[in-house]
Amino acid sequence: MKNFLRLNVSLLYWVLVAPFKGQLFQISPIFRQMVFIGVRATPMVALTAFSIGVTLAMQAAHSLQELGAEIYVPDLVMVTLLREMGPVLIAVIVIGRSGSAVAAELGTMKVSEEIEALEVMAINPIRYLIVPRFIAMLIMLPALTVLGNYIGVFGGWAVCHFALDVTTAGYIIRALESADTWDLYSGIIKSAVFAWLIITIACNAGLHVEGGAEGVGQATTAAVVQSLLAMLVTNAILTALFFFKA
Amino acid sequence: MPDSPPVVEVANLVRKFGERTVIDNLSFTIQRGETLVIMGGSGCGKSTLLRHIIGVIKPTAGSVKIFGDEITTMNDRQIAEVRRRFGMLFQSGALLASLTVGENVALPLSQHTDLSSDEIEQIVTQKLQMVGLTGFNHLKPSEISGGMRKRVGLARALVLDPELLFSDEPTSGLDPIMTAVVDKLTLELTRAEGMTAVVVTHDMTSAFRIATRMIMLGRGRILAQGTPDEIRTHPDPEVQQFINGEADGPMPLNLSQDDHEHHPHVKARPLVSAQHRFRHKMP
Ligand SMILES: Nc1ncnc2c1ncn2[C@@H]1O[C@H](COP(=O)(O)OP(=O)(O)OP(=O)(O)O)[C@@H](O)[C@H]1O
Ligand SMILES: [Mg+2]
Repeated sequence: MKNFLRLNVSLLYWVLVAPFKGQLFQISPIFRQMVFIGVRATPMVALTAFSIGVTLAMQAAHSLQELGAEIYVPDLVMVTLLREMGPVLIAVIVIGRSGSAVAAELGTMKVSEEIEALEVMAINPIRYLIVPRFIAMLIMLPALTVLGNYIGVFGGWAVCHFALDVTTAGYIIRALESADTWDLYSGIIKSAVFAWLIITIACNAGLHVEGGAEGVGQATTAAVVQSLLAMLVTNAILTALFFFKA
Repeated sequence: MPDSPPVVEVANLVRKFGERTVIDNLSFTIQRGETLVIMGGSGCGKSTLLRHIIGVIKPTAGSVKIFGDEITTMNDRQIAEVRRRFGMLFQSGALLASLTVGENVALPLSQHTDLSSDEIEQIVTQKLQMVGLTGFNHLKPSEISGGMRKRVGLARALVLDPELLFSDEPTSGLDPIMTAVVDKLTLELTRAEGMTAVVVTHDMTSAFRIATRMIMLGRGRILAQGTPDEIRTHPDPEVQQFINGEADGPMPLNLSQDDHEHHPHVKARPLVSAQHRFRHKMP
């Protein structure tokens, strides 16, 4: 925990303070990480989001058909997707894909003395290794979430169009009417917070690996489990803050 | 020369890992322009000693001064300043696996200088040529041999033209010809360009070829130190056993950890026999 906080402090320094002291980011490593964390994850995110959209629509239809209110399926799909399912499940995908990979990669660098070598070459490992991953994650997870929202809505439409009596025009009108921009923004805020948690937990686990391959394996598992837990708990807290009024 | 302040000054250095004392009250200095060779049995703490000098780990007790400043109490920024002035070759090479050979060597240049990429590429090619590696720029470290990785590590350590070089077993895993090339490079840089070098090596031919002074470690202490000639004729049979590479002698095989610490000093053998066994000649 102490290490985690220290990592966050030095990250904030390198992201917020150092650029104003003339130590700018290097752009190309950020793009390389964005490709890895974001672009390469799009097929998985698309498939996940489509499945969620379809599932949500089917469940909504099941409940609403009994009330004869099939027309409200889009409402449920939109709100659940934008507020909860989109950010959470896409974060799950990114944890499984990139959180584990970042922890394993940094852990391997730690045990093979690469990080020590960087320090001895007077290259700050936080600046050189962590900052690009941090920025890439902070940009790409919200971007993936927005993408996932589109695809999920499309999945909901597919159910309505092919299996229910909701027309395309009706779907679009209801969808736009039911969701306001805050639903979208709250999801994006959530995913930005998740991005922060995922990448700092993964980097912290990787940077503090002890021992050889075994340590790398443990760190990777720890990174995945801890970020899942942190993400879900944080999601509950954010939902309480954003939407719940007792 | 001895009037100028030492480049490295180690005083009463102690390092314990748990109960085990790996470095036991070590003191020595390194003068500018010297080539100090550090020898000693495997696991006697040579790499650990280097790690203390470059400030990667903090000692249990004692002081390490580098370029006149105490490194054990510096903050990260001060250490980074000092580290730009020396190069380090790790025992494992410690190349970044995600970068190519060329990018590895270029790394200190791209991070610490404002050179254009053409200039960087030119320097990288030249440094790689110095260590006998031309045309390997685009391979990944996993695609080259262990000895080649070592030499890439050396090229990287030299790329900023440091005034001080730490080299942890630069010639292990190299064939005799490549060893000679690396030794010649070290000699050129130290003798002609005044670089100071600290070299850990097990290779006695190489050690006697490049050293201006030698230190032999054992049981966390200095067993012997002096010029190559003094070491070659050192009366301590343990030293003689080491430089002649004999299995049988005062340093027994298969010591347990505790034995290493408490091994009693063995009675000296006659000097005559020690000299008789000597095989290494200066080139
Ligand atoms: N991080 C560590 N934790 C515990 N013990 C350590 C650690 N690093 C080194 N040691 C111990 O310190 C001793 C010296 O290790 P070191 O790597 O310095 O040996 P060496 O002289 O470089 O050996 P070699 O010639 O094989 O490279 C060893 O007994 C090792 O067990
Ligand atoms: Mg060693």
